[in-house]
Formats: sequence, structure tokens, C-alpha cells
Amino acid sequence: MSLVLNEEQTFLKDSAKKFALERTPTTHFREVRDSEIENCYNEEIWNEMVALGWAGILIPEEYGGSNFGVAGIASILEELGKTLTPSPLFSTAVVGVSLVNHANDVVKKEILTKVAGEGLKLSLALEESNHHNPKKISCSIEKEGEDFFINGEKSFVLDGTFADKIIVACRSSNNESEKDGISLLIVDTNSEGLSITPTKMVDSRNAANIKFDNVKSSADNLIGEEGKGFEILEKVLDISRVAISAEMLGSALQAYEITLDYLKERDQFGAKIGSFQALQHRAAIMFSELELCKSCVIESVTSFDEGSNDLERLASLAKAKVGEVFHLISNESVQLHGGVGVTDEYDIGLYLKRARVAEQIFGNSEFHKNRYAELTGY
Amino acid sequence: MENLEQFRKDTQEWLEANCPPEMRKPMGPRDVVWGGRNCIFPHPDAELWLEKMGEKGWTCPTWPKEYGGGGLSFDENKILQEELSAIKARPALSSFGIWMLGPALLEFASEEQKKEHIPNIVKGKIRWCQGYSEPGSGSDLASLKTKAEDKGDHFEVNGQKVWTSYADECDMIFTLVRTGPQEPKHDGISFLLIDMDQPGVTTKPIKLISGKSPFCETFFDNATVPKENLVNELNKGWDVAKRLLQHERNMIAGMGLGGGSAKKGKAKPVTSGMATMAKGYVGEENGKIANPALRQKIASFDINSHAFSLTMKRASEESKSSNSGPSAASSMFKYYGSESNKLRYELMLEAMGTKALGWEGAGFGPAELAITREWLRTKANSIEGGTSEVQLNIIAKRVLDLPQ
Repeated sequence: MSLVLNEEQTFLKDSAKKFALERTPTTHFREVRDSEIENCYNEEIWNEMVALGWAGILIPEEYGGSNFGVAGIASILEELGKTLTPSPLFSTAVVGVSLVNHANDVVKKEILTKVAGEGLKLSLALEESNHHNPKKISCSIEKEGEDFFINGEKSFVLDGTFADKIIVACRSSNNESEKDGISLLIVDTNSEGLSITPTKMVDSRNAANIKFDNVKSSADNLIGEEGKGFEILEKVLDISRVAISAEMLGSALQAYEITLDYLKERDQFGAKIGSFQALQHRAAIMFSELELCKSCVIESVTSFDEGSNDLERLASLAKAKVGEVFHLISNESVQLHGGVGVTDEYDIGLYLKRARVAEQIFGNSEFHKNRYAELTGY
Repeated sequence: MENLEQFRKDTQEWLEANCPPEMRKPMGPRDVVWGGRNCIFPHPDAELWLEKMGEKGWTCPTWPKEYGGGGLSFDENKILQEELSAIKARPALSSFGIWMLGPALLEFASEEQKKEHIPNIVKGKIRWCQGYSEPGSGSDLASLKTKAEDKGDHFEVNGQKVWTSYADECDMIFTLVRTGPQEPKHDGISFLLIDMDQPGVTTKPIKLISGKSPFCETFFDNATVPKENLVNELNKGWDVAKRLLQHERNMIAGMGLGGGSAKKGKAKPVTSGMATMAKGYVGEENGKIANPALRQKIASFDINSHAFSLTMKRASEESKSSNSGPSAASSMFKYYGSESNKLRYELMLEAMGTKALGWEGAGFGPAELAITREWLRTKANSIEGGTSEVQLNIIAKRVLDLPQ
């Protein structure tokens, strides 16, 4: 695998960097957070992202996308992560699009062209408990004629509050916690029987709890075969884990930069606090850990585009390592800021709040350490 | 790319013709060939293999041809290493000359010095050791006191060095000496190449907690050193010393590699060696290590090892484009690699229980006894070549630019 970005990826990264600096610095996040907008993203900014082609990075060219690959979207997310940019990009352009890429051609054409062209928003309804567990699905799906009907409840549905379409992971057969028997169905959010409860998270982003009461969707909207959706789901989850790891890496790098700057500015005992060895060593350890994170992200990201038979393990490697290090850095950064670290005025606390939510997305470090061990044969 | 494919083909053919079968078998610690005037070869084929590889310059593949090196590019060397490991070839030569002194000489030595010393490193004719630390100068290396006095046509050296690896088996020692007693401490140090085959140089092994004696004390008592053995200018030895330490740190960092890293490309994931061992000692349940707490620790260790080896690979790819060699970032690798190697042995001890606590004799297998001794040896990893704390200081100062 290449551990260095190519020209195309570097270009995307540079333009995302410029966008984040000019259009969505952390003041943008604060504006949206403190405004009347409940959904914690700005429609105008989203439209700009769509116009830049970011929603279509994983969409084939025939449906209006650019097919720039996981490395492309990961480069963008890393830059947006630096300024905590809130947007539907991850849920729609990574998770949603990767799922719909496995739908039938008619559905693909209809949905993907709208995502790439108009910024149609997608979301995945997966979790049913307080911890990530993609096999633990009891939400049921039953076929009647040409339609499916869904019953059950989902939680921690990212962007579920405002998505136009939701992909629901449900169970056609078998017991809870079995791989076999899981189906993936696309549902319109204005369907009858669907009730959405927005849940405002600590990072100010929205997730949703969604209740399905005999919600109908046509058989055409099935992704993959009935009862055989798990393989597709796992593949998409791995792409998503790597992409969110890239975003988390960006956030961790920035939290670290902010802290390093503070160590160089703040005077106590007649000296810059960055001259104290107790703090220098902590900064140096964080530096080392971040270097390891960069390697994990770039290796896993390019592995998807270049093809590897070790993708699952690399995805778990990235999510486990970056999750652990973002956790460390978010805690240390607040501590190294001292009192101002716990004020809302300073940005550093925003990174702490984002870290905890992002860590939970599609499996925290413990989940992925366990999965890494399983995939390594122990 | 076509040239590289041709190079691969030629390399395969040459190795097939020149690497003796005996040199393709797994090696034990006693099979390492260190070279030198009194080199002891574990097998006649080892001598032949060193001769062939030395002629080709492939003991030091990327060093310039004019000094006997292989003159290979980054990509060619990568191919050579791949082909060597494909036939499981043993290293023809291991030495501090290759890992530490040679790169520093290539950068700082005069033309005459390079012509004299580099070919002897490449061919394994001279075995070198390092004279840096002193009893009173450990982490504060620049406070060293061993002095060299100008006696007209030569220097006279008096003092003591410590932690000189394998000094009792070496031919020459690259040494930091004080030549400017009045100068600020970093500006009064010179870098001397000293022949140990003289009455003024004596060595005494130091017994370690592992029971072994890889290190010595080395004493200089009116030792004489020709003027032409001064590397770089007088009192400019610290520049050479720092650079050489970076090479040493990269070498020690490499010991932290291994564990759960997968081969790249199409290769199947490698099973973690540590996990296989743990299963053997604590048992398994449904394919998992039976002790869940130990399993979790091993998974964390393997993930860090994997991430670390990817980072070494990334650094090597990045230095290929900038062609800069090791930098202050080598402190990061030294820190992480040596801490990781210590942890590796602590985890093995945890997995093995009392089986890892034998000292000698009955009740323990040879591999078990070796792990116990090696566990004790690893405690020096985060001390030698600059302690972990010194590495963190260097990162803070040189990489992060934190105030002093």
C-alpha cells in the first residue's frame, strides 16, 4: 500500500483545507450550535459541499459522481475534522452512498444522482442498544406481496432527524446476534408509521431515536438479497470506520496544535509552561501517538482503493488506535489548558465533546481491539 | 520499472548461485557474524557468504560504490531485501560499523578516512565498538572527561569509557574525547578512531542482571592515536556524535518491530506470535486466549506494534523522497520502539507465568530460559542510546519547538 497521498488526493485535501479555514472555522460550528437551527448543520454550507462534488466522491461517474475513492473522501473529512465542521457529509456521502452502491440499478440511479446533484441526505438506522453491535438486530421485516413492512426501534441514528431516506438494518429470520437473516431496506422518512425523536448529543450534533410501526417500502428498495445483508453491511461499516477515523485524526491533530500553541504562550512561575519537563514529556508522547495514527489512517484508506484482503483488520486497527489516541489527547488537552480548558469560550472543550461521540460511532476502541484479535486468530 | 524488474531477475540469479544452502537455515544467537580481525565463523559457509556479499558491497547495499558499498538506489535495495528474505538468507554481516559508524563517516570523514575505513566495514575486516558513555557521563553525555592531548604527531588519550558493547572482541573503537578543556562542554569534544590493539587500551566485561556481558568498561592509559584518525575538525566531534546517535536510535527502534503486523499486498494476515504463545501457556476457549484480560493486553500490544511498523515504513517512504536520512524524529522511533520491546517481554512473562521465571537447569526449556534472560536484557533498551526521557526531551525541543 502507498503511505503517501497521490496528486488527486492532495488536491482534494488542499481544497478542503481552504474550505474549512474560510467557510467553516470553529466559529461556524459555534454559530450553528447557538442558532435556532435544530439540526446543527447549515444548508447553505451543505449546498456548497455538494457543488464542490464532495457528496459524489464515492458515487460512480455514470450517476454523476467522481468515484475518487475512500482516500478522496477521507482527505476531505480529515480537514473538516480539524475545525469540527458539522455537515451531513459522513452519513450521506460515506455511509449512505456506500450502502446504496449495492442497490439495484434503478434505485441507484434515482438516489445517487440526487445525492450527487441535489444533496439528497441519507442515513443508516443500525443500533438498537447502547453499544455498537451490528449483529444484534431485532427490528423485524416482513414481506407482503411486493412490499416489505418494518417494525421495531432504532437509536443513535446519525443525521436521522433530517435525512430524506433512511437505510434500515432489520431481521428477516434467525435469532438476535446471528449474521444470517439481516436485510437492508431503504425507507422514505415521510413514510407512514415512522416516528422520529431527535436526540441532541453532547457534541451538539443530532442523532435520532426512530420507531417503525408497520412502515412500508417496496421490494425494489432492498439492498442485496433478503436475509443476506450482513456482508454488505460489514463492508460499508469498514469504509465508514476508516472515514470517521480520518475525521477523528483531523480533530485530534488540531486539538494537539491548539494545545501546543497554548504551551508556548502561557506564562506561569515566570516562564512559559511549555518549558516544564513534566508537560514537555506529555506533549512528546502525544506527538508519537499521533504519528502512529497518521500511518494507520493512510494505510487503511489507501488499502480500500488499492485492494487488500486485510481490509477488515486495517479498519479495526484505524478505529481502535485513533479512538484511543483522540481520547487521550482530548483529555490531556483540557488538562494542559488548566482552568480555561473547561470554559466554553475556549475551543478545546469542543474537541473533548466531539471525541466521545465520534469514538462511539461504529465501534469504540474496545470493540475494535476485540475484533482485531478475532481477525488475527485469537 | 523495467530496469527494476531486470534488477530483480539478476538479483535472484546471483543469490541462487552465491548464497550457500547452509546460510538459508534459521540462525541462533551464536550464528551472528560480527566480522573483525579475529572473526569466528559459525560455519565455513558463513565465511564464504560474507566474502561474496562483501565483494558485491551488499553488506552495505546503499553505500557508494567507490568505497566498496553496493551503490544501490532505495528501490533496488528494497528489491534486494525482499529477495534475501524470500530465500530466508541470513545476514552475511552484522556490525556497529554498518549501523552506526559507517553512515557517520560517509557524512563527516575526509576522503582518505573514507577510503581507509569504509571498505573494511563493508567486507567485515574490522570490528568496531562505541566509546561514548563514561561512569560520570550517562544521560549528560557532553560532560565526558576522557581527554586527548596533542603530542605533536599524535594524540595521547587517558580516561575511561563504559557500556562499550563487545569491546573485548573488537578491533577499533570510535571515541568521544575532550580536546578543549576550557571550551563550553559541547564545544570541546572531538571524535577519534582508536586502534584497540595497543598496551594503552584495556577492557573489562560488565556482568548484567541477565547474567550476560555484552558490555565492557574500556580504559585508556596513555593510548596513542595518529593525528589522521581525528574525524571532522578538532572540537567539532559533538556534531558527529549526535548524528551517529540518530543512527543508533533507529537501530534500537527496529527492535520494537514485530507482533501483529500483516504483510502488505495480497498476503494473508499473519497470526500474532504473542497470541499463539499465550494460547500455549494459558489455553484457549473457542479459539480465543482463555484469559480475557491477557487477551485484551495482547490485542492492544499487537495494534500498537502494527501501527508502529506502518510508521517505520511511512518514514522510510518519506525519507526516500526527501533523501534526508534520520532526523530528530528518530527519537520518536527510539522511544516508542524500545518501550514497545520492553512491553513485549513483560507480556510474554505474564503469559508464561512461573515458566518464565527459571534461571537455569531442569524444569525449563531452552527457549523459556532464553526469554527470561532476554526480558532482563530489554530493560536496557530504554536506557542505551539515550534514555526514553532524553528522547522525549529531544522531541520536545527539536520537533515540537517547545521553549527551553
